[in-house]
Amino acid sequence: MAVSHPPEHPRQAAQATRQAIETVFRMESPRIIAGVTRIVRDVGIAEELAQDALVAALEQWPAQGVPDNPGAWLMATARNRAVDLVRRRERYARKLAEVGRDLETAPAQAGPLEPADPDAIDDDLLRLVFIACHPVLSTEARVALTLRLLGGLSTAEIARAMLAPEPTVAQRIVRAKRTLAARAVAFEVPYGPDRDARLGSVLEVIYLIFNEGYAATAGDDLVRPALCEDALRLARVLTALMPEESEAHGLAALLELQASRTATRTGPAGEPVLLKDQSRAHWNQMLVRRGFAALARAQATAPSPAGALGPYALQAAIAACHAHAHSYEETDWQQIATLYGLLAARAPSPVVELNRAVAVAMAQGTEAGLVLVDALTAEPVLKDYHLLPSVRGDLLERLGRTDEAHAEFERAASLARNERERELLLARAADCWAGSGRGARPAESASCEGA
Amino acid sequence: MPRYLTMIRIDENNAPEGGPSPELQERMGALLEEITRAGVMLDTAGLRPTAEGTRVTWDKGELSTTDGPFTETKEVIGGYSICQAKNMAEAVEWTKRFLKTHEDYWTITAEVREIEG
Repeated sequence: MAVSHPPEHPRQAAQATRQAIETVFRMESPRIIAGVTRIVRDVGIAEELAQDALVAALEQWPAQGVPDNPGAWLMATARNRAVDLVRRRERYARKLAEVGRDLETAPAQAGPLEPADPDAIDDDLLRLVFIACHPVLSTEARVALTLRLLGGLSTAEIARAMLAPEPTVAQRIVRAKRTLAARAVAFEVPYGPDRDARLGSVLEVIYLIFNEGYAATAGDDLVRPALCEDALRLARVLTALMPEESEAHGLAALLELQASRTATRTGPAGEPVLLKDQSRAHWNQMLVRRGFAALARAQATAPSPAGALGPYALQAAIAACHAHAHSYEETDWQQIATLYGLLAARAPSPVVELNRAVAVAMAQGTEAGLVLVDALTAEPVLKDYHLLPSVRGDLLERLGRTDEAHAEFERAASLARNERERELLLARAADCWAGSGRGARPAESASCEGA
Repeated sequence: MPRYLTMIRIDENNAPEGGPSPELQERMGALLEEITRAGVMLDTAGLRPTAEGTRVTWDKGELSTTDGPFTETKEVIGGYSICQAKNMAEAVEWTKRFLKTHEDYWTITAEVREIEG
């Protein structure tokens, strides 16, 4: 067995120390940025001060060794610098006042400087979540800033994940931080009606990050698991920060259950595998159990009237139905159709309606589902949504209307932006031409797959 | 983000008498909570002594079972954790922090392995 400690060569030692520093920094940076933002009230400056602490560690640790509690060391260093900065600002402001000029800006208030306790860190982290997901920012900026400040991802990693050029992402982050400073966005957890709206944004950002990884809307890969895991981790962190928030648990449950299927969603060549054809034995049972547990917490914390679940918890409940079933055929489609009905009432959208149609087709018969789908064809929102013709083609195929099904699959393929999905849809179109071909395929939709 | 199994290996023959001290249990509990709150910990537990365990062996078509304790084995698995970490370095860093909660008189080895798939 290779013993890596103590390292044999100084260069190896330096490398090991450097790696240790970078790892610790990555793990601790959200908490450091959150703690420092409390003092300087500006996430941009806080991030720079956190970086300064990293540089200090890179200078000192190789010579002095990694401290016993490296996280606390980094936090203390960053906080000290923040306090220095605030004092300098105050001195400067006093000087300005002394020479009789009007202050254009009030000096920033330094936060209390008692040693960081875990609860305070949690509060700071939660405030940071709400800042990163502030509605004053564009959705793209919220996503990028959340991955950067809370996920600890580098700009290059975010660019890779979002399939965007690195300078674009860097620009987006810089502009986002500037906007927050210019609009003097408060470092606080909102309360009252404002809180619900802001929490909605927080949950949405995490959900968007997950979805971008889970059902990559563009590009060659169907799944980008790293992005899913980042989102899942953020959701888990959020439930710890807001243990009384039903929808935070609902979102975590939804993501755990969806992530449990990751390994089975693509075939050996990266091609998509439909829900019906997924090997349930390979669904990750630990994630399934974690999903069930999170769903139970969502139900336990749901506001009255009892069991009034929010949209994320409802979607999680649907995903749980799939996870409970031993096979696609044994799935409780009636229950899923009912849950989609509740979801449609709680958060109506044509996409939810489309998913409900799929469940109804399974529960009450293909014809009943097709009636609902047909009603959606005039829906402007779904005009370019490839899953509408995909679902319609599927139902038509099951009814033996293969010519119409063929046309729908071709149309779906022309709308799909993901290369892998396009291939699958073209193959299904070809199957229709081949008549009985590979036999009828089951309905598959965004959320029977996605939820 | 990959998952890691950390197996905690202990020497049952030379384990400190009386098991973990209350202080250790408290430090460990606090750390495990921290790892959980960081969204990293998926599952963790200690294992009952090997005296209550059984080994089942398949050897050239022959099944055999051996009941514990496995006194001939210097190190046995005393507990495990499954974490979802950015990379091996992060998983190892959490493991180091876990080991550091122990008093100096402990000798334990943690083996961190990436879970495939």
